[in-house]
Amino acid sequence: MSFDFFVLPFFLGLLALLAMLGVRYGRWIKGMDAADKALIRDGIWSARSLGALKEVFMESLLHRKMFKRNILLGYMHMSFAFGWFMLILTGNIESRIYSKVHVNPPYYPIFLKFFVHDKRVMTFELTSVPGVFRFLMDLFLALILSGLVLAFIKRAYSNWFGLKRTTHHTLFDRMAITTLWLVFPLRLLAESFTAGQYLGGGFLTNHLGMFFARFLPVEHLSYPAWWAYSIALGIFFVTLPYSRFMHIPTEVLLIFLRHWGVKAKKEFNNVSEIEVYSCPRCGVCLDTCQVFAVKQNGTPPVYYLRSIRENKISEEVTYDCLLCGRCEAFCPVGIDNNLLRQSQRIKLMSQVDGSYGYLPAINGQAAEVAYFAGCMTHLTPQIWRAVVTLFDQAGVRYRFVDKDGTVCCGRPLMMAGNVTRARQLINHNKETIRNTACTTLVTSCPICYKIFREEYDFGIEVLHHSQYLLRLQQEDRLTLSHSGMTVVYHDPCELGRGSGVYDEPRQLLRQIATLTEGADSREEALCCGGSLGNTEISNTQRDEITVRTLNSLLVNHPEAIITACPLCKKTFAKQAEVPVMDIAEMLAGKKILRDTMFDVRFSKF
Amino acid sequence: MINFGYTINTDRQIDYDNNDRRIAAFLSEHEPTFRICISCGTCTATCSAGNFTYFNLREMIVMLKRGETRQLKEDVTKCMLCGKCQMACPRGVNTRNLILSIHRAIERFEQP
Amino acid sequence: MEAAATLAAGGLTVTVMEKTDHLGGHLADWYHLFPDRRPGREVLQLLTKRVQEGASVLLNCDVTDIERNKEGFVIHTRQHPPVEAQALLVATGFDLFEVRKKEEYGYGIYDNIITSAELEKMLSGGQPLLTTRGTVPRRVGFVHCVGSRDAKAGNLYCSRVCCITAVKQAIEIRERLPQAEVFSFYMDLRMYGMGFEELYKEAQEKWAVNFIRGRLSEAFENQDGTLMLKVEDTLTARPLRMNVDLLVLMAGMVPSAGTKEISRMLGLELEESRFIRPRDRHMSPNRTNIPGVFIAGSCTAPMSVADTIADARGAAVEIMTSPPAPLLERRGEKGVRS
Repeated sequence: MSFDFFVLPFFLGLLALLAMLGVRYGRWIKGMDAADKALIRDGIWSARSLGALKEVFMESLLHRKMFKRNILLGYMHMSFAFGWFMLILTGNIESRIYSKVHVNPPYYPIFLKFFVHDKRVMTFELTSVPGVFRFLMDLFLALILSGLVLAFIKRAYSNWFGLKRTTHHTLFDRMAITTLWLVFPLRLLAESFTAGQYLGGGFLTNHLGMFFARFLPVEHLSYPAWWAYSIALGIFFVTLPYSRFMHIPTEVLLIFLRHWGVKAKKEFNNVSEIEVYSCPRCGVCLDTCQVFAVKQNGTPPVYYLRSIRENKISEEVTYDCLLCGRCEAFCPVGIDNNLLRQSQRIKLMSQVDGSYGYLPAINGQAAEVAYFAGCMTHLTPQIWRAVVTLFDQAGVRYRFVDKDGTVCCGRPLMMAGNVTRARQLINHNKETIRNTACTTLVTSCPICYKIFREEYDFGIEVLHHSQYLLRLQQEDRLTLSHSGMTVVYHDPCELGRGSGVYDEPRQLLRQIATLTEGADSREEALCCGGSLGNTEISNTQRDEITVRTLNSLLVNHPEAIITACPLCKKTFAKQAEVPVMDIAEMLAGKKILRDTMFDVRFSKF
Repeated sequence: MINFGYTINTDRQIDYDNNDRRIAAFLSEHEPTFRICISCGTCTATCSAGNFTYFNLREMIVMLKRGETRQLKEDVTKCMLCGKCQMACPRGVNTRNLILSIHRAIERFEQP
Repeated sequence: MEAAATLAAGGLTVTVMEKTDHLGGHLADWYHLFPDRRPGREVLQLLTKRVQEGASVLLNCDVTDIERNKEGFVIHTRQHPPVEAQALLVATGFDLFEVRKKEEYGYGIYDNIITSAELEKMLSGGQPLLTTRGTVPRRVGFVHCVGSRDAKAGNLYCSRVCCITAVKQAIEIRERLPQAEVFSFYMDLRMYGMGFEELYKEAQEKWAVNFIRGRLSEAFENQDGTLMLKVEDTLTARPLRMNVDLLVLMAGMVPSAGTKEISRMLGLELEESRFIRPRDRHMSPNRTNIPGVFIAGSCTAPMSVADTIADARGAAVEIMTSPPAPLLERRGEKGVRS
């Protein structure tokens, strides 16, 4: 059997890594609840696993999402992941040509060119099987090395890669990446020096080897190079579980779990932890984070998840997040950042009951539609007035549930991590709304909309007013006329990313105005800054966030900003130079405007 | 001290020096906008809980500053954290974080 | 106008460039001025007479550009030939806060809500004060600080004159509607000037105006068209619910559009409040960061008519005592009114 002592660093490192992963993954899966374990058991042998394999191939190897973000960035990540994977795979198959036994130790294919000197010069010969393999192996190595060159360039010119800001890594991560970056040049040197002696390489290693042989003592250099290569690999393996590169195996596990239906929950569980370890610290979230844009703190997930992993969670940073979800939308691994952030808030918040005994007794009144304006809508009365006017126009039988004052839907408490008290409010509101015997619940506030759909478990249809008004129009209960205005629609975080409602408001708007888009829209829309999710940010910083979002919305010079959230409306109206209206207001148009008393009585003077 | 034959009724007075103002100090540090409240009362006027029960954020803030915290633990749990007060405040007091900080302060200083 | 008259009296050549078709800006809109409640028109007439005696007046000026040269400035307008000057006095005044922005107060949404400026016009017009239903109001409410001292309106500063105006208008309403109750909802009562505290006492004593310390959070409309107010009565620490027939919003002062425009053209530094920044609030309150450009009046800060006139005299003296050219040969210029 082929063996040399230099393989030991690699081999022992690999064994240590596999052992550590086995223990870690074993503990994670063992510690899951029974329901999740059942999902795993059912999922393993199902077709879903094939779907998972496909996603592993498309994302973990080919980095398709990264490519969509920026071609150079995608190529760079892909070259390492896909290139290395193919080196290992192809190398394993290639090694079977040369080995005399069926099962080889893992180091054999890795260090194949050390053990096997196939002296037939086959630099570009693609007609024989060994020739093809020789070519492929060098091709994949070249692929990785081209990525490595890009990685270097990225340090100085990150904006070519679509990144304004890049991750500031820990010392440990920097050590880990240094060893990783050394692995492939060392492999190149080792194989080239060997090829310089024996010409057993491919198009790259042979030529490089011949070049070195002209002025270097390759016969003395090749063995040390193999040692260096093995040591680099060994160090990389043992540091992997403690570094960002833990994401390599962990994100694969995560993909499979997702396809099997195992998800992270509100409270931090093992699946949440797996998500935390799946973060590659690529830094794409840095440019997306609007808090980071104004204060450069530890809020972006790349730093926040790291703080969870290192068990150095800051309460302040935990609450300094808008929960806008932009990081989730851009994350190539699709980590549930909002959920993870909220899970930490739940841990930090004492789950004391609220004193809600004062909430009024529930009285019922039958109606077709229950209208829940929401707390914030009472500060923007034009919104509920518009909705109510349109309901009257369409002849809707509705009950204005919170006309005299809202019992909060509970989401602000939920966002703050106070699950217990949120539940108390949820239970109260459920009873109130059930007592209306309505079939549809319409709300004007996306924050309420989200929690009604996710937590209330009514059995009643829940709609935002933009959806319901569209339905009324489609049923010919409302007639709309074009205003002749050009407007831009702002996707509220809670309605857009939070609930997946992007199209209905636009469908409705297009009938009454010419619709433009801002520079960032739909899943990429910017947060207005008003968010109830962030309790730490200062007013000045919020204002700054608002200004940036306004600039993005107004790139195509619309005459007005239309939004679907009272909080967004109030936040924008403070600083916008164009009118800001809710979509319902725009629909109701002049019907809800009134001449002021001065106009009525005295304007003749 | 000379006994003049009468005692001062201490029930109603704010005994400022002997009051425990640790919570106020904590709030002043952790939520600096605590300091800029001018007691205009807009928060209390718009409060969601205020529609149904006696919950007075303006009063709570003033009382905290004076160190009058007897009712605090019971009262502060009435807040639904809806955020209307923060939206309405003309000075920009971060009322929601104030409520959360009060909870944290109560835990820290273990008010009965 | 005061500055122009004073400068002219001092021997300088003055051209007043006025944006609208009449001099006096907002002064023409005011009914009676506090604290002694003399007619605003009277002051306007006195000022106008003095200006016409000494200065030349150009009305309807749309300033398109202000050029700098060795001599000073050349002001280009659409309507008049270019005007040359060695010094500029910017007196572009203020605009009123757009109270529609405080949506929760209901202006333009519910009936029977007016601004303080509109009330002045109604009082000047001498029309009977009736609600839109045609009834005599039995209860009138005044809301202080609308658009001032309000981070959510984008104006942190105090507009200074609204408190005393509210007290004055409360008395004026009570004079005209002896059966009506008047309520003033305030955060503070800023009676800063001579005669102000006295007027406040008169409002309480003689006219039974009610003062409630609390800032309105919302106004609603009742079925019968009256307005319901939501406010905390902070002095009793209890929420107050009250119906009124008429609500007057004390609109704050903001820098005028003309101020913004002229400042931009000249490169004048602004305060964070967007009013024009004086070189030094104590020793050079009428100078700016640009030599040769002076400021006076409410384009620098909210101020009353009396304050404005005093400030204008200060600006005139500042101009007259400035180097370099000898006094009599200098041509001074009063700036554009907005």
